[in-house]
Order: sequence, then C-alpha cells, then structure tokens
Amino acid sequence: MTEILWHGRGGQGAFTAARLLGEAYALKDGSYALAFPSFGPERRGAPIRAFTKLDSKPIGNRSEVKKADFSIFLDDTLFSDSAFDELKPGGKVLLNTKKKTDDPRVITIDGDSIAGNYLGMPITNTILLGALAAVSGLVTVDEIAQSISLSMPQRIREKNINAVAAAYEEALQ
Amino acid sequence: MAKKFLSGNEAFAYGIRLARPQVISAYPITPQTIVVEKLSEFVEDGSLKAEFIHVESEHSALSCAMGASSVGARAFTATSSQGLLYMAEGLPYAAGGRFPIVMMNANRSTALPWNIYGDQRDSISQLDSGWIQAYAENAQEALDLALMSFYIAEHKKVSTPFMANLDGFVLTHTYEVADVPSQQQADEFLPAFETENKMSLDTPKNLGFSAGPDTNTYFKYKEHIGILNVKEVVREAEERFEKVFGRHYTGLTESYRTEDADYILITLGSISGLVREVVDKLRNQGRKAGLLRIRYLRPFPNEEIADALKNAKAAAVLEKDISFGNEGTVYTNVNSALQKAGISIPVSDYIGGLGGKNISAEEIEGIFSSIAKEKTVVEFLGIGGEDSGG
Repeated sequence: MTEILWHGRGGQGAFTAARLLGEAYALKDGSYALAFPSFGPERRGAPIRAFTKLDSKPIGNRSEVKKADFSIFLDDTLFSDSAFDELKPGGKVLLNTKKKTDDPRVITIDGDSIAGNYLGMPITNTILLGALAAVSGLVTVDEIAQSISLSMPQRIREKNINAVAAAYEEALQ
Repeated sequence: MAKKFLSGNEAFAYGIRLARPQVISAYPITPQTIVVEKLSEFVEDGSLKAEFIHVESEHSALSCAMGASSVGARAFTATSSQGLLYMAEGLPYAAGGRFPIVMMNANRSTALPWNIYGDQRDSISQLDSGWIQAYAENAQEALDLALMSFYIAEHKKVSTPFMANLDGFVLTHTYEVADVPSQQQADEFLPAFETENKMSLDTPKNLGFSAGPDTNTYFKYKEHIGILNVKEVVREAEERFEKVFGRHYTGLTESYRTEDADYILITLGSISGLVREVVDKLRNQGRKAGLLRIRYLRPFPNEEIADALKNAKAAAVLEKDISFGNEGTVYTNVNSALQKAGISIPVSDYIGGLGGKNISAEEIEGIFSSIAKEKTVVEFLGIGGEDSGG
C-alpha cells in the first residue's frame, strides 16, 4: 500500500488534493483508494492534515496514516524536522517552497510561482499533486485531469489542469 | 453502472436518489449533514422528484416522515447522535404504526462530554424501539443498503421502519470507490411502494389508534413477528439484488474465515475491514483466526452467530458501545444467542472506539492473543486520559 500524508492550512485545499489523487488512482480497474481529512471542526488558516491510501486490493484500515511514502507540504511554515518521523524508510517529503535544500529526503518545488502564473492565486494543492505524479509515477497527468473534470467546478477546471501539467514538467527536471 | 469516488454519506445519498423517495424530511447534524445536503441538491437540480421538507427539529423530521408514510408515500429521514435521541419519542411510534420509513443514522457519540466523533452508543441505545438496524462497512455497502432498506422495510411481511447505520466520519466522510447503478437497474430491483396501511378515502382505516390491555399484546406480538420476518426477507432482497446488480451479500451476518477458526472476533461496522486484514495476517502465521461481522443487530442473528461459533475454542466481541453498569450490549446479545444454542465457550468483550478513538491493528492482534488464553474478560481498549490529568 502507498500512503500519502498531506499538510496544509484550512483553505489551501489539502483535502481536495488528497481526494483528487485517490479518485485519479482508483478509477482504473483493480485499483483502490481511501481519502479522508483529519476529522473535526475546520478553521481557515489552521493546520490540517489529509490522507490518501492507494492499493491494488480493497483497503480495510481506515486509520490515519502514521508513516507515509510521501509527505506533502502545501505550506513550508508547517514543515520541520519532525516530518521525517512520519516517513517510511525511503519515503520522501515534497515541499512547496522557494528555498533549496541538499537533504536527499526532500524534493522542493516553487508551487507558488506556478500558481501565480496559472491560477492567479497562491493555491498550490493541484500543483503539488502534479509534482507528486512526476516524482512518484502513481498517477498520470491525464488521470489527474480526469479526476479534476469529474469533481471540480467547471470555472476552475481548465486552469487547474494546466497548472498540474506545468508542475509535472517542472518536477520532472 | 458508473464507478464514482464518493464519501459514505454521498454514496448513501446516491442510493436514496435511486430509490425515489417521495418525501424527505430532515434536520442537519454532524456527521450526517452531507447526506441531506446532497439530497436537497438532487431535489433542486430536478434529478430527484421529492418533497424536501425543512423541519425545525429531529422530532419533527420523524413526525413528518410518519405523516408521509401514513398516506402511502415512500419517506426518508436521516440523523445522528443527539438528533436520534431527540426523535426517540417517535421511534417506537413509527415502529408500532408499522410505517416503513428509512432513516440513515451517522453513528456518533452521545453527550456528555460533548463529542462529534463516531461510536455506536446512539443507535444501540435505541435497539428496543422496534426498528430494523443494519450497519454498513463501506461506501458500496452503504449505497446498496440504501436501496435494499426500502425493499425490506416495505415488504408486506415486514412493514417496519429501517435504520441504516454508517460510522460517523470513518465511513460518512471517507472517500472511496463505489459503483453507482443506473436508474433503470434500480427500478428493476425496487418496486413502487404499495401498502394497505394508509389513509385512503376509498378504504378508510383507523391509523395511529389506542390499544388497551386487551389487545395491546396482540399488536406488540405482530410487531415482533414483522421484524423477525426480516431475516427471510433480507435473503429474498439480496438474491434479487444480486440478480440485478451482481453484488452478493450474506444476510444478517458475514463470516470471514470462520469455518475452521479456533478464535473468532465478532464486530460490526467499518472496523471490520481492519479486522479482516488482521485475520489474514494471523492466518499467514498459521493462527486460526476468523471474523464474524454482524450486519443486522435487529432482528438479531441468533442462529447465524451460534452456527459460526459452534466449533470455535473462544471468541470475543469488539464494540463501540457500553451499557453503563453492565457490559457492551452487543456482547449481552451474543451471549444470549450462544446460551440458547447450548454453546459454552469463553467469550470476552472489548469496548473500543468510544468518541471516535482510533482502534489500531495492534490492538486487534492483542485481542486475538487474549482470546487464545480462553478466559472471559470485559475490558475497555486504550482508556488513556492520564496525560490530561485523568
């Protein structure tokens, strides 16, 4: 099972990304996914977590992800060294930041700049999803585009799909 | 059919839309809210032709559903926790009136302390109200149950209201893949609601009447027989369901690797998926573990439980419920089933998941290790609280 941990602040769309990933993955035959947020009251700006579990068989464990294959931060102010305690051996952190790091466990992407170009606002959830597709191979850009088409409001579909493709290209490099 | 990525609440709402209820009356409460929001969207966009009645309380929601049912309409409501308790006065009323209303209950803890997360003390506290009670494990079963519930509740031999329970958050708010059948398939499965138990100018009847000591037992006995008939009607509904949709269900319980199991864990609801994974792990280690999932708490699957446990060395119940001053209510019921069947094995009770507390795979493995000691205990899982001055 592949487990993804999403970190964001209320309003940044971390759970939406968790759900889009699950949908993109699970629409294939013989693929299963669970996606859920940390349950409870939600407040704009407060740290939130969301979870995606992917497998080739039905997933019985509905508990929160404790050790992730990928831990994704939409907001670099939420990132600290404690993130590594929540990684499986060989797991990676995918971090939205303008900073650079030499840590081999951390992959950085300047999602805010892509968001500025494609969305006109600093919302990076689908951008980090595109970057995850590039570094993990778990889903393709087309599959993400399909899940966006199925569940995002029409007025933001196309620009999000374009942002995903741009993030994918950038993260490949 | 169309594969969709849905939460438990959404899947249930799709199932209800396919069942074409004529009246929906509901009051929102976390974690049920999304199912009624979704249904109100369906009514607004015209994909569901129903009267959506915004009521001022859960008590009114159920009263309204009874009114609708009493004129022969297919009626749906949904609630959770405090909302279920607030409509408690109406529950035996609907059952005694033999109104086949369907209600979704999002299982949630009851106050105090205030808590919005999942456990099953809300619905289990209402076991004696005369309603059928079913518990779904995942979104697909929730959707399928939404369709089957009307078939079972409205069946002439049953005519009893149906409470479909979904674990709050872990099922209601978790997204997973579910097949959403076509309306054509749903119509093939579920006939329109026909009943003689309704107000009608052509065949006037006395509904919602009094019955004194002379006749009261007669009506209560008939009510009991009606809900006992669910066992047979569930089988009929599931066979019909499999013919139309190709998905198989197993009646009041589901047995997983129990045939040759020495040690069986009995549970219900969404935790069953994790128990199944633990059973597989233990089997790979050569340990003969099994899972018995209770799908219906009312009518209670006495014979199914006795049959599944007859060759076991010991068993345990894992439940998100406590009857204060005694033990978990599922446990009490399971022991009664075994006693009636003359089965005398050690059975323990584990009370977990209260107020949404996580139940881990390690804890479930621990329960299986405890069962293997073949002693009887009643224990709470992970009491905790010490860090907060408890």
